[in-house]
Amino acid sequence: MNLQFLADGILTGAMIGLGAIGVTLTYSILRFANFAHGEFIAWGAYLALGVASASGWLVAGAAIPIGPLSFGWGLVLALLIAMPLTGLLALALDWALFARLRDKASSITVVMASFGASMALRNLLEFLFTSRPAYFSRELQIAIRLGWGVRVTADQLALVALTAILVISLNLVLSRTQIGRSMRAVSENRALARVAGVDVDHVVRVTWLIGGALACASGVMIGLVVQIRPFMGFDMLLPLFAAAILGGIGSIPGALMGGLVVGIAEALSAATVGAEWRAAAAFVLLIGILLIRPAGLFGARE
Amino acid sequence: MSAALAVTDLVAGYDPGVPIVNGASLTVAAGEIVAVLGPNGAGKSTLIKAIAGVTPVQSGSVFLGEEDITRLPAHRMVRHGLAFVPQTENIFTGLSVEDNLLLAAGILKPTERAGRIAEIYRFFPDLARQRRLAAGRLSGGQRQMAAIARALIVAPRVLMLDEPSAGLSPKLVEGVFARLAEIRAHGVAIVLVEQNARAALAIADRGLILVEGRERHEGRASELWGDPRVAELYLGGVRA
Ligand SMILES: Nc1ncnc2c1ncn2[C@@H]1O[C@H](COP(=O)(O)OP(=O)(O)OP(=O)(O)O)[C@@H](O)[C@H]1O
Ligand SMILES: [Mg+2]
Repeated sequence: MNLQFLADGILTGAMIGLGAIGVTLTYSILRFANFAHGEFIAWGAYLALGVASASGWLVAGAAIPIGPLSFGWGLVLALLIAMPLTGLLALALDWALFARLRDKASSITVVMASFGASMALRNLLEFLFTSRPAYFSRELQIAIRLGWGVRVTADQLALVALTAILVISLNLVLSRTQIGRSMRAVSENRALARVAGVDVDHVVRVTWLIGGALACASGVMIGLVVQIRPFMGFDMLLPLFAAAILGGIGSIPGALMGGLVVGIAEALSAATVGAEWRAAAAFVLLIGILLIRPAGLFGARE
Repeated sequence: MSAALAVTDLVAGYDPGVPIVNGASLTVAAGEIVAVLGPNGAGKSTLIKAIAGVTPVQSGSVFLGEEDITRLPAHRMVRHGLAFVPQTENIFTGLSVEDNLLLAAGILKPTERAGRIAEIYRFFPDLARQRRLAAGRLSGGQRQMAAIARALIVAPRVLMLDEPSAGLSPKLVEGVFARLAEIRAHGVAIVLVEQNARAALAIADRGLILVEGRERHEGRASELWGDPRVAELYLGGVRA
């Protein structure tokens, strides 16, 4: 057996991990499972597609591939613009829906509301863009041989590097900055955070911005290596939650590790028992790990 | 001179129409410790939580010097100079000691933060040695010191503490209270809610006994300690 599954798994894992970080952040700050998070991924991809197309029309050369990559600087710009836009979308959804329910309704109500929001956002995408897949680029890429039978494209390497940059930056923000400390404080004890002078509403807003922005990055990655479809985020929902729970809900490194474990397990099962078993394999692994470590890989025991 | 903290006819509770604090009044001057005593469930914690903006105030007023701070959200209270150390869970156990202090220093100007934390470390040398440790791994006494240090970071005018002696050995209680006396000497007004009446009245200037959400007795600490009515009410007639 060759090690191709490892390369495929790491790439899938990176995409799942970025999404799972958003799920875990919202959970740890707001204490609810946001089922609309998959839609941030899809909306992020479509927003980036919109900006990339616009830049292609406005500026000649924006779509010309950079070196061995399949995309031009137009997509890089699109990602930089779509990330904050997706963050704003998450913020708008919170303002329109979750914030109104948060203090009055039980948490299951908020979770069901997120289900409804997920459906509405997804159907809106289908309405606007139809369910026909779209692509950032139709360039074909020649895979690079890395040895041990592993072949990767330049895009895939760039995306794994992007994930690393995003996760390291997020970790620095959380460990070194005042807003990061405030986020950790609110996630541990919201009432005490208030007493210590933390503006919890501000922390909540920043959390949505970060979660939305990372979801967008994940969506652009999926769009680049697979395709852009209105259901692209919804189809990621189970792996996202599997990764977040596997890593220990609330833990950022856990979410990324969980994403990698789920991604590699999926790729391994696709390479051995068949692609139709990939989801099943991820869940067998999830159950197995939770039986041994109920709080997840990085979770603190309550 | 106006009081550092003046609470007048405060009514507060958790559910509308069910007041737990029922018309309590309290004043504390700068450089004074006022002990709030009373039986379990009297509403002592609710009273200071309501002052600190954690529990909803139904009526009455809270003044910090000349400023009306009634019903300000808790995170704004700190900016006005009112610091509060809750009864339990008063420190972020998952954050290092230093991150706990840095977090609280967030409302200071960025240029002032490091200097203020250095000052606090001089006041609590133990914490300086443990600055990298997760606060959850501190011993009970150090944890209480860390919670007080966290509250002091903002150089408050008024410091309110809910049972800082809970769970500590008599020796550690002595240490914590000695610190409170030093803080008072810096001109801070202190509200000290306590079960431990003997220790609290020993350092307090004045005391008040809260029963069913309002003050039943009030007076100089030394007089309260000697008052047989207080002893009967508060200690069931048996004095420790
Ligand atoms: N979060 C809460 N929600 C509803 N009721 C509460 C809450 N906290 C306290 N109470 C009620 O308020 C009353 C007063 O409680 P409080 O904690 O203020 O008393 P206390 O004087 O601090 O007592 P102790 O000496 O035991 O700390 C009690 O009857 C308690 O049941
Ligand atoms: Mg109490």
